Amino acid sequence: MNEVILIYMAALLLAWPLGRYLASIYAMEPGPSDRIFAAFENRLYRFIGVDPQTSMSWKQYGKSILKLHLIIAVLALAVLMLQGWLPLNPDAIGDMSWDLALHTAASFITNTNQQHYSGQAQLSYFAHMFAIVSMQVITPAAGIAALVAILRTAFARRDASALTADGAVVVGNFYVDLVRTIVRVMLPIALITALLLSWQGVPNTMHGAYVATPVDRTAELAEQRIPVGPVAPMVAIKQIGTNGGGWYGPNSSVPLENPTPISNFIETVAIVLIPMALVFMTGHLTGRRNLGLMIMGMMLIMSAALTTLNIWSENQPNAAFAGLAAAGPNMEGKEVRFGATATALWGSFTTQTSNGSVNGMHDSFNPIGGATLLMDMFINATFGGAGVGLINFLIFLLLAVFLGSLMVGRSPELYGRALEAKEIKLISITLLLQPVLILALSAITVAIPGLAQVSNPGFHGLSQVLYEYTSAFANNGSGFEGLGDDTPWWNVSCAVALILGRFIPILAPLALAAMLAGKRVAPTSSGSLCVETPTFALLTLGVIVLFALLSFFPVLALGPLAEQLTLAG
Amino acid sequence: MQHARKSLKLLDGATFSRLVSESLLRLNPHWLARNPVMFVVAAGTLVTLCLTVADLIAGRPWGFTLAITIILLFTVLFANAAEALAEARGRAQAESLRSTREQLVARRLLDDGSEEQVAATDLRIGDRVRVLAGELVPADGEIVEGAASINESAVTGESAPVLREAGTDNSGVSAGTKLLSDSIVVSVSVASGQSLLDRMIALVESAKRQKTPNEIALTVLLSALTMVFLMVVTTLVPFASFVGGAASIPVLVALLVCLIPTTIGGLLPAIGIAGMDRAMRANLVAKSGKAVEVAGNIDTLLLDKTGTITHGDRQASDLLAVSQCAPHRLRDAALLASLSDPTPEGKSIVGLAKQHGAVLTADEATRFVPFSAKTRLSGVDLPDGRRIRKGAPDAIRRFVTENGGSYPDETTVLVERVARGGATPLVVAEDAKVLGVIPLSDIIKRGIKERFQRLHKMGVRTVLITGDNPLTAAAIAAEAGVADYIAEATPEDKLEYIRKEQAHGRLVAMMGDGTNDAPALAQADLGLAMNSGTQAAKEAGNMVDLDSDPTKLLEVVEIGKQLLVTRGALTTFSLANDVAKYFVILPAIFIATVPAMQALDIMQLNSPATAVLAAIIFNALVIPALVPFALRGVSIHAGSADSLLRRNLLIYGVGGLLLPFPAIKLIDLGLGLFI
Repeated sequence: MNEVILIYMAALLLAWPLGRYLASIYAMEPGPSDRIFAAFENRLYRFIGVDPQTSMSWKQYGKSILKLHLIIAVLALAVLMLQGWLPLNPDAIGDMSWDLALHTAASFITNTNQQHYSGQAQLSYFAHMFAIVSMQVITPAAGIAALVAILRTAFARRDASALTADGAVVVGNFYVDLVRTIVRVMLPIALITALLLSWQGVPNTMHGAYVATPVDRTAELAEQRIPVGPVAPMVAIKQIGTNGGGWYGPNSSVPLENPTPISNFIETVAIVLIPMALVFMTGHLTGRRNLGLMIMGMMLIMSAALTTLNIWSENQPNAAFAGLAAAGPNMEGKEVRFGATATALWGSFTTQTSNGSVNGMHDSFNPIGGATLLMDMFINATFGGAGVGLINFLIFLLLAVFLGSLMVGRSPELYGRALEAKEIKLISITLLLQPVLILALSAITVAIPGLAQVSNPGFHGLSQVLYEYTSAFANNGSGFEGLGDDTPWWNVSCAVALILGRFIPILAPLALAAMLAGKRVAPTSSGSLCVETPTFALLTLGVIVLFALLSFFPVLALGPLAEQLTLAG
Repeated sequence: MQHARKSLKLLDGATFSRLVSESLLRLNPHWLARNPVMFVVAAGTLVTLCLTVADLIAGRPWGFTLAITIILLFTVLFANAAEALAEARGRAQAESLRSTREQLVARRLLDDGSEEQVAATDLRIGDRVRVLAGELVPADGEIVEGAASINESAVTGESAPVLREAGTDNSGVSAGTKLLSDSIVVSVSVASGQSLLDRMIALVESAKRQKTPNEIALTVLLSALTMVFLMVVTTLVPFASFVGGAASIPVLVALLVCLIPTTIGGLLPAIGIAGMDRAMRANLVAKSGKAVEVAGNIDTLLLDKTGTITHGDRQASDLLAVSQCAPHRLRDAALLASLSDPTPEGKSIVGLAKQHGAVLTADEATRFVPFSAKTRLSGVDLPDGRRIRKGAPDAIRRFVTENGGSYPDETTVLVERVARGGATPLVVAEDAKVLGVIPLSDIIKRGIKERFQRLHKMGVRTVLITGDNPLTAAAIAAEAGVADYIAEATPEDKLEYIRKEQAHGRLVAMMGDGTNDAPALAQADLGLAMNSGTQAAKEAGNMVDLDSDPTKLLEVVEIGKQLLVTRGALTTFSLANDVAKYFVILPAIFIATVPAMQALDIMQLNSPATAVLAAIIFNALVIPALVPFALRGVSIHAGSADSLLRRNLLIYGVGGLLLPFPAIKLIDLGLGLFI
């Protein structure tokens, strides 16, 4: 348990100053970092042909987001479907099928990294570096940019919003937010993390796969191929950018991605670092220190509750071993190097931050542990994916503002700006899309024979299907393995969940923020709802938990809960 | 002048039977479609009804499905009844105001000066009608000729007659009020069917009622939740069959109805109507539902001093002689100067002087000088040539200076002291000599300070408007506990102040009666016009107070807040209820195929059938049980926003979470006796 507290503390201690640094970047304050980065950034602006001085309305900002993602999606599709002809392919890996390429592209442009392929066997070095790693840098930066635009527009302490030439509310400049995030945040942190991981022994080479002769001659294996490559930078970026897609199929459970307890510590902290720092940033960037602290408090409560339950669950024996003399914790699908607690913590952190990496198999968690992972992804606002997790949280916060305002007898308003039918419509769409899409796709998949391709029938099979769509919509990326998911149905339906689960929860809140910013600001009085109080924090927490539970309790009951009860009984 | 609220009895025999028929009439799909939540319940009822019939024909057991159908039907009927009840109460209130007018006959004046008899309902805007003593005023309008005392009890319930006069700020008359004296000519300002009351009735009739912005937003949210639950329940069918179970359709419909927010969905229209009704019971006529809703958000209240904060009749409270003047001389002079002053101030000076031992009476040669707007002085010219005058300090200063005297600094000091104490200084002089100062104190109404404190806690700033000088205004403002004041206020000042407040983003409410108040009333977010006021004022405001009671603004704010709190609290309650229902219905559905689900049945209910029935019976009964909350509004007496939130979260959130567990268990126990 001490290691868990230590990791929480280390992450919080690093996230605090990082949050300050992030706020200074997005407040566009001149600072020492300009000396290092400004020249490079300006060259980059000229290269991509944008003027960093232009201000964008939410529509222009949203269009820029979509345009960028469309371009990288097309590029990724091309690389994946043509990798056999492209260079840097020492192991002569062939082209991807259209549906697998579609799913892979959708998965990586959405910062999800859900993999229906196995990295070391189905991707060339070229595809890894250009189709995968570049997106692992760009997509979290895009999510963070959207968050910054929303915070700046609707939450910052100011009286009037700047307007564009045609009178729309200015939300920022997407390319500036994006470039600053990549250059000043993602790349430096990734570099440090990659160096630390190389130090711990993670490969970092352009060499092809090594061939080794097994010592044990009785194994019917003449030679073993050990794929290597530029693994360390990819692992670094996959962790800090809430990505998750690793070099190897089994991800960070492979010793080459995660060789030592120290590397495991570094990677676990890296998973939550930026999502936590963004929360600290909120207070500084908006000038509402208490708001930032309140959000951090609520997220920590949700995180601690579900993580504790998960760790407890994984320290219970696997049902198959129950009753044995020395049952011990559930070690099925876990590395002995890490043990139950570190694997459960990793599982909780990654599902909370929508980082799809694993250091053990979620499929093999005890049912209650598996249910906490699902719950993390249903909520999807405990730290959450880079930028987008906090956006999700803000949407729940707005819903709580609506209910809370009514309960104090005021027409709903956030910091003096009215929440009316139009805003409630956008909030409703953003919120209802998640349960409706996940449940509908899961239902179709289990209803039509042959679609599900689950390795287990019954309750666990249902959990596998549910997990896959939940992970896709939450842009998490991890999976309950044992699912035969490289089929056209799985690839296409997941791509739908991935794309809707990414762009609606970014664009709708962005529109909402601009709408709010365009409104008359009423001064707050002792009669208006204050969002920076413990009472309101509890209301928000209640809204989040209630919404997730009411939407998913029945399917959780039929999946993991029924499994647990049946196993226990 | 605390307004006596009219009876709030919820139901009597006659309305009950009408309610039953109204509830049944509202099963019409056209009507149900207005409310998405209840529409889903009605659709579910239809489904279970068809299944019952199918079971009956196929010879399968049908009792359980029929029971579900009946309970769901009652859920819809209860919601219909709640709406109908709110509507009936509102309409009864309005009808009682209107009934007197239905058979009215008007004496319409023709261009040639002759009169013709027409029915009141045939009057049009601009028609001029003559009303004689003892007759009822046939239409809302403005007196254009004459003055009369009028009994307005038909509209306000107050039987004391009031004076209405052409060309003043009190020229408005309402239909149905009775002329007690004289004769007047009224210019009809509202066409039949368009009067304030007609508009008010439209606000309480569901068919005509427009949803307020806030109600629309809440409906959007409730529809979204309904959609989520529809998906949750529908997908249970394939999920269940995938794990080798089966869920019966009637039970799934029951689950759906339990989950969707039927409590708030069923009561939402009733809450809105009841808000209007509460306003009407306070004798306030709103021109739109939005006006009442805005009231809850008011940041700044502009209040006229006279009548709102003070009783409005100033009383002499002391006699302060200057040092060169013997106190008895001031006393006698004040008495003489006021003996034939008919104003309440004058009478109070006479009384005070007599208390201090004055015994003088006026002899015949004494000539009284009445108050004139030019000199702003009144007093007496005595037979011996002495001239005694009383008046405002600046007017007296001019009087003494003109008579060759000087105005001593001591007087200025006294005047300021009096003004700072919140009283109006009245200076008494004899020819060239100032005798002393009489403070005229206005008595602050009892309980007004506490009321302001409560408003302040709710975040409402109160602003005093007065014609007094700044010193007096400041003193009264301090004594009454208002946040700000406008002294020596003109209508332009009010308008200016409202604009300034609005520029800071505040919502402003004000009350007014005069034509010159009209621009300010129109500018204010909530303009409350007095019924006694001019037609221009009534047109400009978005609410009219039939009692013409200036304290009404305070009540309006509370009614508006209560409307919103009731919606928020019942929404929270409705959603919190769902948790328990999962624990009742899910084990009931799956226990046959997944025996381990028994563990979820934490209430140990009798059987799956009784569990499902208990859940939907609870769900249905909650609606009538909460009707009193919906109609009367939940209490808002907790003070600051945060304490109000804490209280409502505890009662309606936590309470809503816990209550269904024991309640459903009890219903289940009861059902166990029969099944």
